[in-house]
Amino acid sequence: MDFESYDVLIVGGGLAGIRAAIAAVEANPRVRVGLVSKVYPMRSHTVSAEGGAAAALGPGDSYESHAFDTIKGSDYLADQDVVEAFVREAPTEIIQMEHWGCPWSRNADGSIAVRPFGGMTTWRTCFAADKSGFHMLHAVFQTSLKYPQITRHDEAFVTKLLVEDSHCVGVVALDIRTGRFDAITARSVILATGGLGRVYAFTTNGNICTGDGMALAYRAGAGLQDMEMVQFHPTGLPFTGILITEAVRGEGGYLLNNEGERFLKRYVPNKMELGPRDIISRAMITEFEEGRGFEGPHGKYMHLDVRHLGEKVIDRKLPFMRELGREFVGIDIVHDPIPVRPVQHYMMGGIDANISGETEILGLYAAGECANVGLNGGNRLGSNSLSECLVFGAAAGRAAAHHAASAKAPTANPVAAMLWDEARRVESEYLEKKGGNERIGPIREEMQREMDAGAGVFRNKDGLSRLARNLGGLRERFEKVKIDDSSRTFNTEIVAALELDFMLEVSSVMVFAALAREESRGAHARRDFPERDDKQFLKHTVAFHTNTLAPRLEYSEVHITHFQPQARSY
Amino acid sequence: MPDKTITIRATRFDPDKDQEPRLQSYEVPFFDESMVVLDALNHIKAHIDGSLSYRWSCRMGICGSCGMMVNGTPKLTCNAFLRDFWPRPVTVQPLNNFPVIRDLVIDMDDFMHKLKLIKPWIIRKQELPLGAGEHRQTNDQIDDFRQFSECINCMLCYSACPVYGLNNEFLGPAAIALARRYNLDSRDQGLKERLPHIADSEGIWECSFVGECSVVCPKGVDPAKAIQQTKLDTTMRFVLPYGNRE
Repeated sequence: MDFESYDVLIVGGGLAGIRAAIAAVEANPRVRVGLVSKVYPMRSHTVSAEGGAAAALGPGDSYESHAFDTIKGSDYLADQDVVEAFVREAPTEIIQMEHWGCPWSRNADGSIAVRPFGGMTTWRTCFAADKSGFHMLHAVFQTSLKYPQITRHDEAFVTKLLVEDSHCVGVVALDIRTGRFDAITARSVILATGGLGRVYAFTTNGNICTGDGMALAYRAGAGLQDMEMVQFHPTGLPFTGILITEAVRGEGGYLLNNEGERFLKRYVPNKMELGPRDIISRAMITEFEEGRGFEGPHGKYMHLDVRHLGEKVIDRKLPFMRELGREFVGIDIVHDPIPVRPVQHYMMGGIDANISGETEILGLYAAGECANVGLNGGNRLGSNSLSECLVFGAAAGRAAAHHAASAKAPTANPVAAMLWDEARRVESEYLEKKGGNERIGPIREEMQREMDAGAGVFRNKDGLSRLARNLGGLRERFEKVKIDDSSRTFNTEIVAALELDFMLEVSSVMVFAALAREESRGAHARRDFPERDDKQFLKHTVAFHTNTLAPRLEYSEVHITHFQPQARSY
Repeated sequence: MPDKTITIRATRFDPDKDQEPRLQSYEVPFFDESMVVLDALNHIKAHIDGSLSYRWSCRMGICGSCGMMVNGTPKLTCNAFLRDFWPRPVTVQPLNNFPVIRDLVIDMDDFMHKLKLIKPWIIRKQELPLGAGEHRQTNDQIDDFRQFSECINCMLCYSACPVYGLNNEFLGPAAIALARRYNLDSRDQGLKERLPHIADSEGIWECSFVGECSVVCPKGVDPAKAIQQTKLDTTMRFVLPYGNRE
């Protein structure tokens, strides 16, 4: 049997995946790269990133300052050697994006402009108006089209990693258009599948952010690190969860409670609106609980006010925000305050990977939001993630190309058998299943409501324990799922079932990791353990797959180089 | 009014079973004024009929996945509000002018091919080394091409284009707008390489000033302008030496 075969196979066509593809080819022009994505790459969720990408580019900036801000922002859970390497690479990557056509906003002299962002002590966020992710993704995707070594498999959904002798040798993918299962083999595989926000009901994440890569790696035996660390962005639009960028505050917007007060003076007096996301989200929930939020048809909210900035600044720096307000809320942000409330936004946790993206499985790499290389710790600073996709996408691409040069080619027979088994599994569990009376939609919605309720901005033991039990119940119901769609052609219900399977897997890991971390650090705020506990928990949680819903939890040391943990206040 | 509903009529077509597409009606609860057509489709898929197929992701008008014909007009369904239609029914069909793969899912391989043809990347005679830093470019220079860089590849313009409807050899509005985006970029020197692909492609001369493409664009891109400017470039190349930033 013949299979499509590559030197480097990348799963995920967002910023990290495409950056990895180009890096692999540039590291070795003879490398053949396959790029598998469940959507056309320009649909990837990078497209929704707004505010910008951080890099110490400016004359007043320094690597040390960017590193310290990131480490303090992480509540000292970041691996400091990784952060130090990251801040050194980020400026080059920003320049590389510029050379590839990204329309970065500029200073008067034509150099790349920077804007202030939360938790950063100086202006270091490069931006393309307020559509930075959109422009970066389209620039890197369009640039990738010039490399003949890169072959795309668009709208193919990876259901399983092929592992042979503890070496990742490729994937099984469902071609969505035809319904055919294919084995795609490779000497190195990079997962760059993005986040998992869709395990929550109220999220900025697109429909495609379902934790696929994390679940794939976890089931193949890799560790998932710090999965209790979930970022809630302070400013989402009620009902839709559409992101209102932090750049709104960076450009001078105010957050106001129902008394018209800039309430952040009680929480982050030295930073105000430019405090880190975890603390501001907690401040907003606290204000809500104390009766100082506005009441709306979709729950409590605050005002984000940019009226004082004036139309000219808004149109130059925040035109997409004006468009979103006009189209999705029916307001003009030039004249009206924006209703906002905290919303799930980003997963700090992910596939345990080192500074080169290597996981514990030989030949398997991870980059971008699906990975945890140790950059973000307990709380990511806004605008570090686009830079992370570039720096660690490129690193993984180079490492994977290097590994491919010496790795042996996969052998056909075991691959054929694994493909057959996997295709049979999916067909018998979904397409050919007799009986079953559960629907995907209601199980997914219940999981999302449960996660909102039990694993939100504040957590406690009771809520998390109940959530763990309820997720177990949902898993049992999922076993009885029956799908309506029997077609082979573009069967999006099978895709939704496979995604829900992955989401139930990763949400359980999140909850058990959160239960075990009996302290409050970064975005993980336990009401029953409100203090940070460096003695017990200055360490990473690493979760491994078992035969039950509960993972096996191990802990690993945080790499500390120059910055000893201190109390974190702003 | 907890039990207000709206009727959605959606195209159903499974090439394995159906000769012809047909419309299927669904009654969907309309419980919030903020609901959009995509929310109604999602309700159908989650609660009524899991076999309805369509593409979507960001539901904030930027990923470009969810374009469909809504009551005969190409629209992003994440940005088509039910309140603008209720109490009338909403008919949702796949985008015009494309082969249909299934239900509301179109085949856009043709565009992906054309996108590559126009070489949508910065072309330079000599690449600037990374160590030399960024190209200097002012915000005014970005304004020269900014609107053309806002294309989200949603295919609404192809769906509205009468020329593409008759002749799909036509490069089409978005691809020409994106070629324009690079040709107008002060960092780019690729006009000479791109122009033959654009000028010699069929259809550009058939494009009238109708400008349906620009009317339906959800992002304020004006592909009709790009096409008219491209015609001018193409004519000028016979009278002027190439002078584009070389």
